[in-house]
Amino acid sequence: MKDTIAERAEAIVEEFSLFDDWMGKYEHLIEQGRSLPLIEDAYRTDEYKVRGCQAQVWLRAERDNGRIVFKADSDALITKGLIALLVRVLNGQPPEAIAHADLSFLDRIGMKEHLSPTRKNGLDAMIRQMKLYAVALGGENVSAAPRGQKA
Amino acid sequence: MATPAPTALETTFDVERIRADFPALHQEIHGHPLVYFDNAATSQKPRPVIDRLRAYYERENSNVHRGVHTLSQQATDAYEAARARVARLINATGPQEIVFTRGTTEAVNLVADAYGRLAVRPGDEIVVSAMEHHSNIVPWQLLCRRTGARLRVAPVDDTGELIYEEYLALLGERTKLVALVHVSNTLGTVNPVRQAIRDAHALGIPVLIDGAQAVPHMAVDVRALGCDFYCFSSHKMFGPTGLGVLYAKTPWLDRLPPYQGGGDMIETVSFDGTTFNEPPHKFEAGTPHIAGAIGLAAAIDYLASIGYDAIARHEHDLLAYATERLTEIDGVRIIGTAAHKAAVVSFLVGDIHPYDTGTILDRLGIAVRTGHHCTQPLMQRFGIPGTVRASFALYNTRDEIDRLVEGIHRVKKLFG
Repeated sequence: MKDTIAERAEAIVEEFSLFDDWMGKYEHLIEQGRSLPLIEDAYRTDEYKVRGCQAQVWLRAERDNGRIVFKADSDALITKGLIALLVRVLNGQPPEAIAHADLSFLDRIGMKEHLSPTRKNGLDAMIRQMKLYAVALGGENVSAAPRGQKA
Repeated sequence: MATPAPTALETTFDVERIRADFPALHQEIHGHPLVYFDNAATSQKPRPVIDRLRAYYERENSNVHRGVHTLSQQATDAYEAARARVARLINATGPQEIVFTRGTTEAVNLVADAYGRLAVRPGDEIVVSAMEHHSNIVPWQLLCRRTGARLRVAPVDDTGELIYEEYLALLGERTKLVALVHVSNTLGTVNPVRQAIRDAHALGIPVLIDGAQAVPHMAVDVRALGCDFYCFSSHKMFGPTGLGVLYAKTPWLDRLPPYQGGGDMIETVSFDGTTFNEPPHKFEAGTPHIAGAIGLAAAIDYLASIGYDAIARHEHDLLAYATERLTEIDGVRIIGTAAHKAAVVSFLVGDIHPYDTGTILDRLGIAVRTGHHCTQPLMQRFGIPGTVRASFALYNTRDEIDRLVEGIHRVKKLFG
């Protein structure tokens, strides 16, 4: 199994490159959202809501053996697909790597240009929240200062 | 600019000829011809409005009211002529009853601030309905917080109609104002405002009507309605953005204190005290949106050239057709089925999230609104996160509704 953030991101870019029409890409994105285990009902509360998303988005993270495990969900399927991609890339990674992850693969899968500005803001809010979790759960060794890609 | 003579369109509505007047409609989005169904948010602008704005900026641009030079005189004349044009549109007593604001929202805020300071005290009540836009809720909430007054909400039924008896039951000695939407931007419901005003007046209660969604679609006569205040926006009726109208009966404009200070609202200023200009200028602080007002007058002339009767007939046909076609689709649920509706259809497709539907429709070149439409309390009333809203204007067609229906089938296939 490919295991760095960059390798996982590359695998996703390759997957999406197999579809040349936008409908296929959307179908694949929606499938991603459907197939990933997401958040338990108990965490679908205001406490775990990501602010800045027009659709409802819930996100939580916990530390497991020095790595970060994410759970997320959304009531809109396109949003849920995007979260699923983020979770696929960042789940189980070390906090330091998440805090400084380069997530530009989202620009390369050919989906971001189809997102409305409000949804882009929501996506940015989600990424910010995931990185904040990594910093908060990473202990004193993890800084939030950007250092370029770390994988 | 002279009012164009009424045309044959009043009897035979030539939608293709009208569409030719709107440059923005003739473009492709994601490779598809644009279908613009977000008219309740803002409408597209016809060529005469765009040309009028250009002519103003190219030849007449100047500040109003204080210049003795020719350009300033011309700009002042055009700006005041626009005020008179608006007054005629809604049958106000005269231009002195028309205050230009930045939009419907500012018009409501102006009344909430000025009327609030004049008349609202702790224990008083303001009555609104459950289908109000946030712009006709929040200014009153702020007023209540400032004064210790209380907001009372008249409920709506499952079809999206105001429950009239409950509205009546809310009116009483403590009621200081009724603020009611004429046409719901989310449901399309046309409220019985004439009766609501008459019944409030019988108890001596003044009434403000939010007419933002009414003026683009129907002839509004403020004197026939009898309302004390009527608010609307230029940009929803084919005019420029950034300009709104507050109509207020003359006695109110005389009594209300100024809203903002500075510029045109002043007669004389000294450090011992300031005297204020006559209404409506008393309420227009700073340099107004001169081009906006002139452009709005051009938009009103354009509407008049087609005629409200013809517009209403065409839009009613679109509404009936859209309702029929959408109802045929398995799983589509229309939110807002009042007996008397304007050309707005809010709906949900099965349990597909409105944002998902809207995103795919956009990809097919169809512009709809998704979300709560700034009526969150109404969404809570119906227990839904939001809707997909298609709102029509005089330039929309049955073919475009067919495109929407095809789009919904694509959405269902993708998310089903």
